[in-house]
This record gives sequence, structure tokens and C-alpha cells, in this order.
Amino acid sequence: MNSIWPQLENLLAKVQKPARYIGLEDGSVRPDHDPRKVSWLLTYPDTYEIGLPNQGLQILYEILNERPDALAERTYAPWEDLESELRAHGLPLFSIENHLPASAFDVLAFNLSAELVYTNVLNLIDLAGIPVRSAERRPEHPLVLAGGHCTYNPEPLADFLDAVVLGDGEEVVGEITEVVAEWKASGRSEGSRLHLLRELAKVPGVYVPSLYEVTYDGPRLVAVTPRFPGVPELVEKRTISDLASWPYPKRQLVPLTEVVHDRLNVEVFRGCTRGCRFCQAGMITRPVRERPAEQVRTMVRDGLRRTGYDEVALTSLSTADFSSIDEVVAGIIEEQPNCNPVSVSLPSLRVDAFTVQIASEIQKARRTGLTFAPEAGTWRLRKVINKLIREEDLYGAVESAYSQGWRRMKLYFLTGLPTETDADTLGIAELARNCIEIGRRYHGSPSITVSVGGFVPKPFTPFQWFGQNTVAELNRKIGLLRDALRKDRAVQLKWHDPKASLVEGIASRGDRRIGAVIEEVWRKGGTFQEWSEKFDYSMWIDAMSMHGLDVDWYVHRHRTEDEVFPWDHLSAGLHKDFLWQDWRDALAEVGLPDCRWTPCYDCGACTGYGLEHIVASTTPPAGGSQGTGQDLRRGSEAPVLLRGAR
Amino acid sequence: MRVRFRFSKLGKVRFTSHRDVARLWERALRRAQLPVASTEGFAPRPKVHFGLALPTGYESLAEYLDVDLREPEAVSLDIDTLPEQLTPLLPEGISVDAADVVDPKAPSLQEAVTACEWRIEVPGLAIEAARREVERLLAAPTLPVVRQRKGKEVHDDIRPYLWELVVAGPIAAAEPGTELRAVFGTQPRGLRPAELLAAFEPPVIQARVCRLHQWITLGNTRREPLSAAAARAEHAEARA
Repeated sequence: MNSIWPQLENLLAKVQKPARYIGLEDGSVRPDHDPRKVSWLLTYPDTYEIGLPNQGLQILYEILNERPDALAERTYAPWEDLESELRAHGLPLFSIENHLPASAFDVLAFNLSAELVYTNVLNLIDLAGIPVRSAERRPEHPLVLAGGHCTYNPEPLADFLDAVVLGDGEEVVGEITEVVAEWKASGRSEGSRLHLLRELAKVPGVYVPSLYEVTYDGPRLVAVTPRFPGVPELVEKRTISDLASWPYPKRQLVPLTEVVHDRLNVEVFRGCTRGCRFCQAGMITRPVRERPAEQVRTMVRDGLRRTGYDEVALTSLSTADFSSIDEVVAGIIEEQPNCNPVSVSLPSLRVDAFTVQIASEIQKARRTGLTFAPEAGTWRLRKVINKLIREEDLYGAVESAYSQGWRRMKLYFLTGLPTETDADTLGIAELARNCIEIGRRYHGSPSITVSVGGFVPKPFTPFQWFGQNTVAELNRKIGLLRDALRKDRAVQLKWHDPKASLVEGIASRGDRRIGAVIEEVWRKGGTFQEWSEKFDYSMWIDAMSMHGLDVDWYVHRHRTEDEVFPWDHLSAGLHKDFLWQDWRDALAEVGLPDCRWTPCYDCGACTGYGLEHIVASTTPPAGGSQGTGQDLRRGSEAPVLLRGAR
Repeated sequence: MRVRFRFSKLGKVRFTSHRDVARLWERALRRAQLPVASTEGFAPRPKVHFGLALPTGYESLAEYLDVDLREPEAVSLDIDTLPEQLTPLLPEGISVDAADVVDPKAPSLQEAVTACEWRIEVPGLAIEAARREVERLLAAPTLPVVRQRKGKEVHDDIRPYLWELVVAGPIAAAEPGTELRAVFGTQPRGLRPAELLAAFEPPVIQARVCRLHQWITLGNTRREPLSAAAARAEHAEARA
């Protein structure tokens, strides 16, 4: 097991951005390999720039390296120039710390954050010198695992992954380590892989796809059932009950070269109970678990000092809802040394004036752009998706931002939402124009960027029954907006490629039969599909028809109540009947308040695991959580400030 | 107050870019809590001035940067201890070897440095062949090359920049090869070792390159951008 660095360094002289492959980040470790330790290669199936900041991977990296019986290194997808050099020279995927071949590790563990990386997963398994199909692996091959949000429907990758972890990884990586350690100690004999997989299936939160039988009736899925006794019929996700016990990452990695989100990141809470019906992250990460304010302050203080960053992001699914946000922000501003002003960013802003006030207080050092996500153009549709932002809140936020010196803002919307009419789509243009109108009172040339994405229904959300809009329909809606905004030079319209949304839709709710399509696209060279310049729509469509699979059936079909989903044998804690009721409520335009500050409506996420939301305050945060304690009857009323302008 | 640092860049870290190194230094200076002066305005930047960019992938024993420190806070600093204070805050392979106060009104590093000295190790190049090529290149009255600049092809003569080129001997590696030493002029613009190697016949594609010195030449004398007295740390060449 030798480092491939001597061969690699000659190749690095020929490739773009070679600093991506050298490791050496502050916070990284170069562990000593020892046959008694279980070695993990944590793998992000996209480039270093995208993958390095991933907090989940960094948390597990530290936890594993702290254990006496484990060690972890990292790898990312080499860009195509290095990949072809590696293949031409017969070199494998390697770890970036010790530059060891991937096959020298016991576990190859993927982080799955997006569906379009699935072909990269296959490519990396192959580049590691491991058979891509789980069934063909032998005792000498590493165990191939995956975790991350996409594993709530791992079925499209079922043939390629040995095991899948649902939910929080902090505790379960240790339990998996112990099972793998026994396999190592047993000498990894011929035939031992099946035994290992059956032992892993006993670990709560671990799903082993090959231990389940899938039955179909024509195109319809009938059931996914265990093939052996002792294999659970329903695999429940893992949830850590108290974020305070897991103050990770303690030593966030500081890259040597430019990456996305290149700043200190401190997670302030996990989970979200806003109940936005399109949002998978909000549904699958419940309940809400806040980090104590004092621990956040310590992590920020120590982190800034250690890393030398001048920016910290307080991360969560909706940071303005953190019950100690005032206190924490004030503390950071107060403590910063005056020679090194620190800016704080809130990557997920709530849409109201209060939030903008916080943003202006904390961005004294360097002002980044402001981004709001109303998600839908009319109050009616926002009730359908349960994003209860009133017109008044949005215009108040925008006015507050313009009055405090911001000139440009970004607004995020989804199109192709359930019940969406052309009036809803055109409402996006109306909102943007009104925002510009407000901006003109403060500046000569305010500008708004409107960013529109095609909605892709996700498992474990109330919209999992909804048939996704076709590419033609999404294009038509984007066309409506383009026409409506053509004359407004202050509004820039950007949109996500509807064809990419379609492919995401194939994988998002696909079953095991989609695996053949992923493999086909990968074998034809379709990697880095989330990069627009590499995305190849026709390759996917051709692969679907080659394998006799109907795009309409998988993507555009509305599901009925009796539909058996490919993920029904997995559980994110949410009751299926709760989700169904929420889907009916959506169609009836009924909003559901945030359960942190209103009575429980029994979604299942707390009760099923004997947990509770851990929130420091029993009253909604200052400014109010949207949809909680606000007068929703007035949701569609435009505030007075706009009336003069119309 | 302007402090000039000399640092080396060796090993894996040579694959970081000039921009990467600038950002590494900014973070290291913040971690050291030095009173670095910043620009005015909405997006203040630390006043840090780098010398000639080192191409990504090349090593160096002679990188320089100037850092403007705020007075009066900077007056009490012990400049001599800054190298040992900063080295642990930079990645493995970057070592700060010297520091001294320089006149802020003196020409910037980019203007002042007139030549760079390079060690170029070419695996697979026989000594005899290397001697013939060196002789041919030095005898040539012009060395026309075509360079890409801002997407356009530019015809240039690199001969005026080629001040010195000698065969130093076999490379210190298991494989055979030749070590060259070269001095290239940097004004008004530089010559990259890769450009010279491409002018070899046949062109040399792969080489291990290390910048040994940056020189400020005045008439017949050359000196380093830091005065001899300031170079308290032994020149790191021996370590390389």
C-alpha cells in the first residue's frame, strides 16, 4: 500500500488547478494506517471546490479520526483532465492526504447531496478499481457506502451501493466501524461479504439494498421486502438528539485553493418545522435541534481565531428562526477585534424587515448580496406550498434593504408547482416589478435578479404524489416570464435548465430499474451531469428508452393514495398519512403553522423517536416565524407603501 | 511601516497558484493578529504587495512580499521574530525565511526586481545534448516565439531575456537527466522557464523548476530584495 504521489506529481503539472489534489489543508490529518484500524475514504462525488466545504463530510472526518479504532481520509471527483491522465497511466482514485489508492481503504463512503452526481458515483467506484455492481465485489474490495439527503430514496443506486445510511451520521459511523472491524479481524475470507452485509443491516439506520426483494406488477411496484430473517422490514433514519453533544467540526478544513462557501461555517440548528411542502430537507431532518447560544459563540470565536477567516456563516435551514439569533449576532459583533472586522452571513434569510435589520447590523465589514426566497408569485400559491410569506412581509423586507443601502437583490422562485396557473407564474414578474418600484425611491438604478428553478417532487414530502411538469410546460412558463419582463431592464431573469430538472426527477423518485439507466449514461461518458456544460439530456432520454422505461410514468405521472413508493420500506419518521393529509391541505390551499410555536400535528418525527424539538425559547423569535402568530387573512394585501406607486 | 518577507515554497504546496498563496498569506496575517493596514472603502482589503508571480507547479527559495503595517501599533513589533511566528500559520512547504523593514517609497518588488535565477531539472535530457542546446540558444541572435496574450497570438523575441544559461550537471535523482541554471531578465516583462524549454530542440515538456533568487541589479552589482543583514535566516538553498 504505497503512496502514488511520485507518479501523480508528474501528472499534476499538466492539469488545471492542481492544488485540488494535494491535501495539506489546515485541519486535515495524515493518519497512520494500521491493520487494526478501520480505514474510511470519505468521498464527495463532485469536484473539490464543491465538495470540500461539505459540513457532513467534515464532521464524520473528525469523528472517525478521533476514534482509536478508525481513521479517515478524503477524496473528491478528479476533473476530467486528471481522470484521463490517471486512466492513461493505470493509476487509481486516491486519497488526498496520504495519496493512497482508494482500494487500500476498508470503506469507500459517498456523500450524496444531489441526484445528478449519481453517474460520478459509478465513475469513482470504477476509478477506484472496484466492480461497480455490488454483487460482483469480492472480499478484497472495500465496502461501498453512502449517506446524505439523497439516500432517502437510494433505490436508483441500489445495485451499486453495498449499504446506505439514513439520517444523522455522527453516531452510526462508529457502529459501522465496529461491524467492519470484526469483518477485518475475521480475515475477510471468501464469502464473508454477505455475512458482513447482514451484520450491517442490524445496525439501526443502515439499509442494505441487496438484502431486499423487489416485486413489480408490470410497471407498478408492489413491494420491497427482506430476503432474510433479521433484516428489518422498515429501516428508520438516525437522529442525534442533542446537537450540543456534537460540536463539530472543531477544526474546520481551510482549503489552500478557492472553493465555494470559503468561510467559517457554524451550524446553529438542524431540522426545520416551517413545513414548506416542496422542501425535502425540511421534512427529513426534523425535529428541530438548536445548538446552545453559548456553544455557537465559542465555535465562532475559536473558529475565526484558528482559521484566519474574516467571514462566518451561521448555517441551518432558516437561520433567522434560531431562537438566540439576536444574542449570538450581537456577541460576534462585540467581540471582533477592530483591526480585523468580521462579516457574518445568514445563508437562508427569512423574508421580513426584521431579518434585513439583522443582516445590515452584521454585514458592516463587507456587504454581500441579499437573497430572498418567496418561492411562488402569489399568496394563493404560497399557501399551497406552505411558504407563508405575505406580500407585506416581502415588500417590507425589500424596502428595509433598499433603505439601508443595498441596491441589488436576488429573489428565488420555483415554477411547475402543484396547482400553479399562469396568473401565479406571472405573479413572479409582478413581485419583481413592485420590488424595483420600491427601490426607485432610494436609488436611481435598483436591480433585481429573479432566479427560477423547475420544481422536482422529492420523496418524504407532501408533493411526492405530484406529477412533475414536462420540459415543454416549464419552458412555456419561463417563456411567459421572459415576455413579461422583457421591457424591465432592472430585472434580470435567470432560470435553471428544465431538461436538468427532468433528469433530476427521473432519479429523485425512481426505483431500482433506473440503475440500468445510470449505468448506461456513465458507460457512455456522462459524468459531471450537474455541470451545465457537461449535461447531456439526450443521453438520458436514449438510455430510458433503451431500457424500456417510460419518462412520463416515472416523472410526469400524478400518483394516487395507494401508490407503493420505492422508499416505503425506509422511514424519515414522518407518517405517510400525515404527508397525504398535508398534500390534501395543499390542494385545498390550507397553510400549516410552524409547530415549534403551535401545537403538535403529529407528523411523526418527534413522537416516533421519543424526541422533542430542542428550542431555547417557547415564544417565536423576534419578527415572528412566518405563518405563526401573523394575520394570514391579509396575506395577499399589498402594503400602503406601494399604493402611491401604482 | 512596510515589512518585506522572503519565503520558500517547496514540495506539494508548489501546486498552489499565485492567487492561492496571496489568500493563504492574508489568513496567516490575520491569525498572527498583526496590525495590517487596509484599503479604505466598502470592501477593505489588507495592504499586501506581492512580487513577480511564480508559475503554478514551480518551487521557490526566493519569494517576496511586502506588508504595510499600521503605525503606531507596528512600532513595538519585534520584526526578527515574525518569520518563526508566521511559518507555523502557513501550510507545510511554505517557510518564512527573512523579514525586514523597507522604505515604503522605494520601488515596488515588481518594479525593482530585474532578474530571476532558476534551477531547471530535466529528466531524460542527456548532458551532452543539453550542452549543445545551451550553446545553440546562447549563440542565436534572436529566439522568436509565439505567445498567447489576451486570446491573441503575439510574436516575441525571448533572446533579450535570456541572460545566463549553463549546464550545472546531472540531476540528483534515480533517473538520468540534466540540471540547468538560468538567469532571466524580468523587465519589461518576464520569461517563463517553460517558454525557454519549449525553444529546445526537441522541446522539453517536463521539468522540475525552482526559483533560486530574485535579483535587483544596479550596473554590475546584483543584490537580493532584502539586504544581506536582513537575511538572518540562512538561505534555504542548502535544504532544498
